[in-house]
Order: sequence, then structure tokens, then C-alpha cells
Amino acid sequence: MATQLLEKATVLFAGDSGDGMQLTGSQFSLTTALHGNDLATFPDFPAEIRAPIGTVSGVSGFKVNFGSTRIFTSGGKVDTLVAMNVAALVKNLDQLKANGLIIVNEGGFDARNLKLANYTAGQNPLTDGTLSNFQVITIDVNKLVKELLKDSPLGNKDRDRTRNMFMLGFVYWLYNRNPESTLQFLARKFAKLPDVMAANIAVFKAGLHYADTTELFSNRYEIQPAQMPPGKYRNIMGNEGLALGLVAASKKAGLDLFYAGYPITPASDILHELSNHKNFGVRTFQAEDEIAAIGAAIGASFGGHIGATGTSGPGMALKTEAMGLAFMIELPLVIVNVQRGGPSTGLPTKTEQADLLQAMFGRNGEAPMPVLACATPSDCFEVAFEATRIAIEHMTPVILLSDGYIANGAEPWPYPQAADLPTVTPPFATAETPYQPYFRDEKHVRQWAIPGMKGMQHRVGGLEKQELTGNVSYDAENHERMVKTRAAKVAAIANSIPEQQFDSGSTADPIVVVSWGSTYGASKVALANLRKEGVPCAHIHLRYLNPFPKNLGALLAQFSKVIVPELNDGQLVVLLRRAFLTPTESLTKIQGKPFLAAEIEAFVKQQYATL
Amino acid sequence: MTTDTVTAKDFATDQDVRWCPGCGDYSILKQVQSIMPELGLPKEDIAFISGIGCSSRFPYYMDTYGMHSIHGRATAIASGLKAARPELSVWIITGDGDGLSIGGNHLIHLLRRNVDVNILLFNNEIYGLTKGQYSPTSELGKFTKSSPLGVIDQPFNPLSLAMGADASFIARAIDRDPILLRDVLRAGNLHKGSSFIEIYQNCNVFNDGAFDPYSDKKRKAEETLILQEGKPLVFGLDNAMGIQLDGLTPRMVSLATCSADDLWIHDSKDHTKAWLLTRFFDDPKVAGHFPRPFGVFYQQERPTYEKAMQEQVKQAVEKFGEGDLDVLLAGRNNWEI
Repeated sequence: MATQLLEKATVLFAGDSGDGMQLTGSQFSLTTALHGNDLATFPDFPAEIRAPIGTVSGVSGFKVNFGSTRIFTSGGKVDTLVAMNVAALVKNLDQLKANGLIIVNEGGFDARNLKLANYTAGQNPLTDGTLSNFQVITIDVNKLVKELLKDSPLGNKDRDRTRNMFMLGFVYWLYNRNPESTLQFLARKFAKLPDVMAANIAVFKAGLHYADTTELFSNRYEIQPAQMPPGKYRNIMGNEGLALGLVAASKKAGLDLFYAGYPITPASDILHELSNHKNFGVRTFQAEDEIAAIGAAIGASFGGHIGATGTSGPGMALKTEAMGLAFMIELPLVIVNVQRGGPSTGLPTKTEQADLLQAMFGRNGEAPMPVLACATPSDCFEVAFEATRIAIEHMTPVILLSDGYIANGAEPWPYPQAADLPTVTPPFATAETPYQPYFRDEKHVRQWAIPGMKGMQHRVGGLEKQELTGNVSYDAENHERMVKTRAAKVAAIANSIPEQQFDSGSTADPIVVVSWGSTYGASKVALANLRKEGVPCAHIHLRYLNPFPKNLGALLAQFSKVIVPELNDGQLVVLLRRAFLTPTESLTKIQGKPFLAAEIEAFVKQQYATL
Repeated sequence: MTTDTVTAKDFATDQDVRWCPGCGDYSILKQVQSIMPELGLPKEDIAFISGIGCSSRFPYYMDTYGMHSIHGRATAIASGLKAARPELSVWIITGDGDGLSIGGNHLIHLLRRNVDVNILLFNNEIYGLTKGQYSPTSELGKFTKSSPLGVIDQPFNPLSLAMGADASFIARAIDRDPILLRDVLRAGNLHKGSSFIEIYQNCNVFNDGAFDPYSDKKRKAEETLILQEGKPLVFGLDNAMGIQLDGLTPRMVSLATCSADDLWIHDSKDHTKAWLLTRFFDDPKVAGHFPRPFGVFYQQERPTYEKAMQEQVKQAVEKFGEGDLDVLLAGRNNWEI
């Protein structure tokens, strides 16, 4: 038995949506992070909670890409596929590398499962040569678990639900992972259900031992800790990071956070996360609908809290009128859109970046709002903090775009110290001069007077305001000035954000790839590979989509080719052309899945050839 | 109480009031301003939140904090405001279109949560600001701009709707009876929880006289039933008529043939009786109809939403300590490189 040293690996756990693959994958991720590897994850699950059992549409998967080098995507082709049943194998086979490893639960390949995965009687991918180009390890997990738990007081259903732990233990052995944190996790999770705890631990250990004692492998793998910058690390998921960013910014502003949401995939985890942090003064409000959620958040902001609301595309559509109100009354508010496949209900559990133009323009009247986007799960923290800072310091609603891929993905995060985070300063009114609700400072920002502030009683509302006084005004000239002033206020935010930097490369390169949101990782990997191959290309990643950094237009003008990869039909391209008349080459993918680095590489090479 | 002595006038703003001359809204504004000093709160601790419609201009005329928001959403906005700032006195100004049509969903959810706010629903049974379409409280068969052949929608009974949503305070008043209106406003303000106050308001331009039976001097006595706590239900000229309960069936009786002691005694804590009272909703044109009740129908003490929310924050602090950002950022599992 040799231990083979690998630089990186991608493991995909796949099973029925009731097989516990998400939990299996997240445990593997946590242990791998604690092992010191860098990693990125990609959970992929059906929209149905329990889609028809055993069918291809019901397959739930969790992909983990980890390595001793830095990891920026959840991986391309898979090294090891764990398949709990026929459907899981069929659905994911095309993701597997040539000669990749498949670990199959033979118990999921009975006649019923074969039929559900559309195999005709007598056919079986395990025996018909389909898998001849792969290494296949077949284990009847069903049978082993049944035998192991024959004396357990648990019912059959609960016993069967431990099967995922067998596979987890098995893969831990294969990749030399320390089982300790998972043992602790199981002890904690099932503290109140000792029989369930005992069964899960027994099955998990059985998986480890089975891999160790049966001579199924010629190799075991070791992936050494990555060379990460020194510091303190933890694992972070996108929605979790976003929630923490909101809390941190509220604390740094000295305001309480009021988060209102209506349950919607894939944004609900932000509400769940924040509802656990009430000791930070956080109030969470599960509203009766999306409109009430943003309404309540506006009410809280009017009351001097920092109001925030989170949703996904369809919910965003419902919030648009209220966004206009928040814009008009110039109160701080953070609106999070964890994008998913659209339009309408679209692909609720799949990722997409097709709400950028909605964020930019989806309101009646002239109502520009700042728009920021997160690049990775840990970036969700920073961008949420920054969005909240802008909302408070510039007295404006701000839209923060995330997406399903980063919301559910995880990565190690060198988390900051609270003391190192910047202070946020709310522009509260002072009693020095008589309060005028629409008196503005040099950044065009009005002062914030909240109920309880004596002598500053005032009325705000959706009707057009007179300059300074805020009284209702139908005056023609005043309206035009106010429209221009509100736009100037948002545009002036460009003065308080950093200038655009290169993620790699420089203006010396003829080609630049401009990414935004979750296309960051795939673009970064593609660019690194391309540069290794001698393709001269630079990488710009945009966090600020409105307003753009001040130097962006000048930067882009220096390239022969500007390539924009997006998970939509070309929306950032519209904005770049509108702002700078930049000729752009659009690379789009609208499949509910993130880019593979290889797809971006191929496109850039093709464009390079035309230079 | 640290408030300076304030009068009703102190609550007026410098804005011209722009309702049509003769509109019932003027009376309501006046009564609200006149009871404001009784709140015993400084002006800066009071907020008026409205939606859209004629009545929703109200906050501009109150020298308190205020928001003239968007159609139907005052209830949602006020819920957030009150939840964030429980110490404020929050008043919602809405109408039959704003509160019962476009904003119906938020209204019922606010009521079930029992957010401690006062909801003044100005019911004029018409869309005034958009110039005369039927509203969700317009009566069947009514001819309006959008119903030239008559309304075919069954109207809402706002108080029954509020009871169905488990409102903890339900009352009805009318613009033309300022004394009753002030009494109801005071009671609503004292109530801890959502106070739902329907105010019949005459729109003299698009629906003039809709509530004449209840305000006209000649008809008022016969047509209205003024609810007084612990008092028998009597009405009519010289209070010659009364209401008796036969099981759960109300009957109108003449006091000539029946003793006042045998009448229904008003008890605003009795949910079943309050429900029956909200069903006194007959068309006054139909013979044998019951009089329309005014006053406080129902009040019930139950925990308010914002208190419960405050309590959870307090308990979380007691259990986990005041939030430490560094602990939050470090998470449960971390490592050092």
C-alpha cells in the first residue's frame, strides 16, 4: 500500500435527495479545511425536497475541490465519484476524469433502481462495460449497514439513513482525513438521540475500517496542507459570510441590524443565520411576503436601525416599488439578491447571474442605486460589509448581488479581527442648525434624523420633495434638479470606493477578461493557465457594478480585446458598452451551472487567435 | 413624564391642508390632533405612517415624525418601525382601498401579530384620489365610474375581517360624531396591541351621503347603536328600543314590552358577542334591519409582537452574553496557519 501525494483532487458525493449527500459533503469539506487544504465546494440539488426517489431528477450532489495549492473553483472534472444509486452514477458520469475512481453502493443498483434510472430489464451499467474506462469499487453498503445495525433499536428507515456515513468514512480513509471533527459533529448533532448517534458513529467507523482492511486500493492519497498566507482560518459558506458581514457592519456603525425576509431559495439561509445572532441586537422578521419584508426593513431604517432584506430574483421583482420609496426617501437599506436561474420561478436551486440589469434598472422613474456583487463565499462577508457601509454613509438603498453557487459554496476564510474592520459613520443630524431633511453635504448626502430626536420631526414620502425642506413639491424645475441630484449622489459614491485593480496581468497585455460575481474563480484559474501557456491576458474582477470604479473606462480602453464571461445572456456587456462604448466579446453560459475554467480558456484562446 | 405642555395646535404643521372642502378627513384630523396632548409623549416620540389615497396625506399635517409611503404598505413599514423602536407611539393612516384592497395582506398579518400600533382606517366606500371607482367596501349594485352597471363584488365587512385576523382591539367611529371619535381614539391609544379603528368618513365629492343614516340628525337615533361598556344595548328615539340575545340570536325589542335588565349588556371582552356585533351590518334600506354599532366592540390583552421580539433579544443576551464580534467571526471550528 503506497500513499500517493496529490496536488489537488475533486470528490463528488452523489445520491438520492434523501441520502444526506449535502451533510456528507459539508462534513468532508470541514475536515478538509481543518486538514489545512484550500478548497471550494459546489452543492447541486433538485428544487424538490424529496424528488421522486431513485430518479435522475432526484439526484443531489456535493462537489469538493481541494488541494495543497490555492483553489479558486469547485473544480472541473471529478477524480472520485461516490454514487449511492444508479441515477447518481448516470447523472454524473460525464463529469468523471478518464480512469477516475467510482465508489458505488451496490445496494442502490437493484432492479427497482435500475428501472427508475431508465435501464431496461437485464441491463446494468456495473456489468455492461459502461464503466470500463474507470476504476470501480463496488460495495453493498445497504447490506453492510443492515448487518452492522441488526441489534440497533432504530427502525429500518433510521438505520438506512446512516448509509451516507459509511461512504464518508470510506472516503476519509482514502484521502487520509482525520475523523475527529466528524465524530464530534455527530456527538453534538445527535446529543438528544443517543441511538441515532451510536448508529451513525458505528457506521462512519465501519466505513473507515472497511477501507482500511479490505484490499480494495493499491493507493491511498495524501494532499498536503496548502501554502496559505499565515493567519487564523475558518470555513465559511456564502450566505453565512453575507449574514456576518451585515452584523459586523451594523456593529461598526453602532446601529442595530433589522433583517426582514420571506423564505425563498437560495436566500433563506441568511435569515436562518441571522436569527441565531439576536445577542448582537439583531432583529429578524419573517414577513408575510416579499413586499412586507422590504417594507418592514424600511420602517426599521426610518427608526434608526440598519434595515436589510434578502431574497432571490422573483422576490426582487416584488420589492421594486418599495426600493423606489427607499431611494426617494433616501434612507439606508441593504437589499440582497441571491440570484438563481430565471425568469419567473426559473431554476430555483441552480445558479445564474441574470438579475444584473434588473438590479440596475428595475424600478419606475429615474432611480439609480448602488450595485455590488460578491465573488466568493468569503468575499460575501466583505461585500456585505461594504454594501452596508455605503448604504449608511451615503443614505441610500444598496443592492448586493450574490448567487446560488457562492451562497451554498464554502471555502477557508482568513477571518478578520473586529478591531481591524473600518468604522462606519451614520450621518446623523446634529442640533447645531435647524434640521432640514433634504439639506445635503458635499457628497449630496442628506442628514439622518430619527424619531426621538427632539425638534427634528419631519415627514418623508414617495412624492417628489422640495429641495432642502422635503415638503411635497410638484414644481417642474425642482423635480428635474432633484432627479439629477439623486443621480449625482449615487455617482459620487465612486469617490469613496477604491480604484479598479488587476487581479492578474496589466495593461501591457492585449487581452483582458472582465469578470463579476461568482465567475471570479473560474476566470482566475483560466487566466493562470493561459498565462502559463503564454497567452498574454489580464484579469479584472468587478466588485462595484454601479457606480463603476472611476478608472475603469480608462483601463479598458487600453486593451485590444475585452472578454466578459457571464452566467447570463450578456448583461455586464450592456453596462460596459453603455458606460464606455467598450467593444466587448461576450462569453455566456445559461445552464444553471458555473463556468469551468476550461470553457473560459478555450474562448480566450479563440479570441487571441483573431488578434 | 418629561413633556412640555403641548396643545392640539402644536401638532399642526405649516403645510396647507389639501383635502376637498367639506371632506370628512378634516374632522378626523382635528380629533386626532386634539387627543395628541393626552398621549403624554413628546412630539418626537410619535410617528404617523400612511399609504396612498386621500387619507394618506394625513402625516403631512401632523408635526410628528411621519412617512407617506406607498400604496398598501404602511402596515408593513409601521410593523418594522414599531418592532425596531417599541417605545414610539405609532399610528397608521389608511383607507378602504389602501388597507383592505392593495394592502389587505399586510393588514391581517399585522393584526395577528398584535403589533402595538393604532390603525385608523378611513372608510369612505369609494376610491377618491383616483376619482370615483368602487372600493372593496362599496355596496353591491353601486353605480360608480368603474361599475356603470352596478358593483357585483360582495363588500368586505372590515370589522368582521379584523376579528377573523384575531385583532385585539376593534372599534368603529364616524367623522361627524367628534365626541365618539375622540373616545374611540383614546381607547385605541390606551390599548396595548393592534387597535383597529374603522372610521366612517364622508367623501362629499364622489360618495356624498354614504353614511347619512348614521349622522343625519333625524335618522341617527334609529340607525345607530352606541356601545357603552357594561350598559344595555339601547337605541332609537329616547332609547326606546333595545337588543336582546336569544341564545346566539340577537333580537330587537321595544322597551315598552321588555325590561332594560333583560337586554344584552355590552362586554367588550366577550369575543363571541363582539363577533355578533360586527355582523350588525345590514343595509339600512332593508326593512327590519339592525342599527349599526359604534364604539369599542372588542378588546383583549395579549402579548404584543415587539415586546416578544425585545424579550428574545434580551434572553439571547442573557444566555450568550452581549454579542462579541470576534467570537462570531472566528466561528466554532478554526485553525491557524
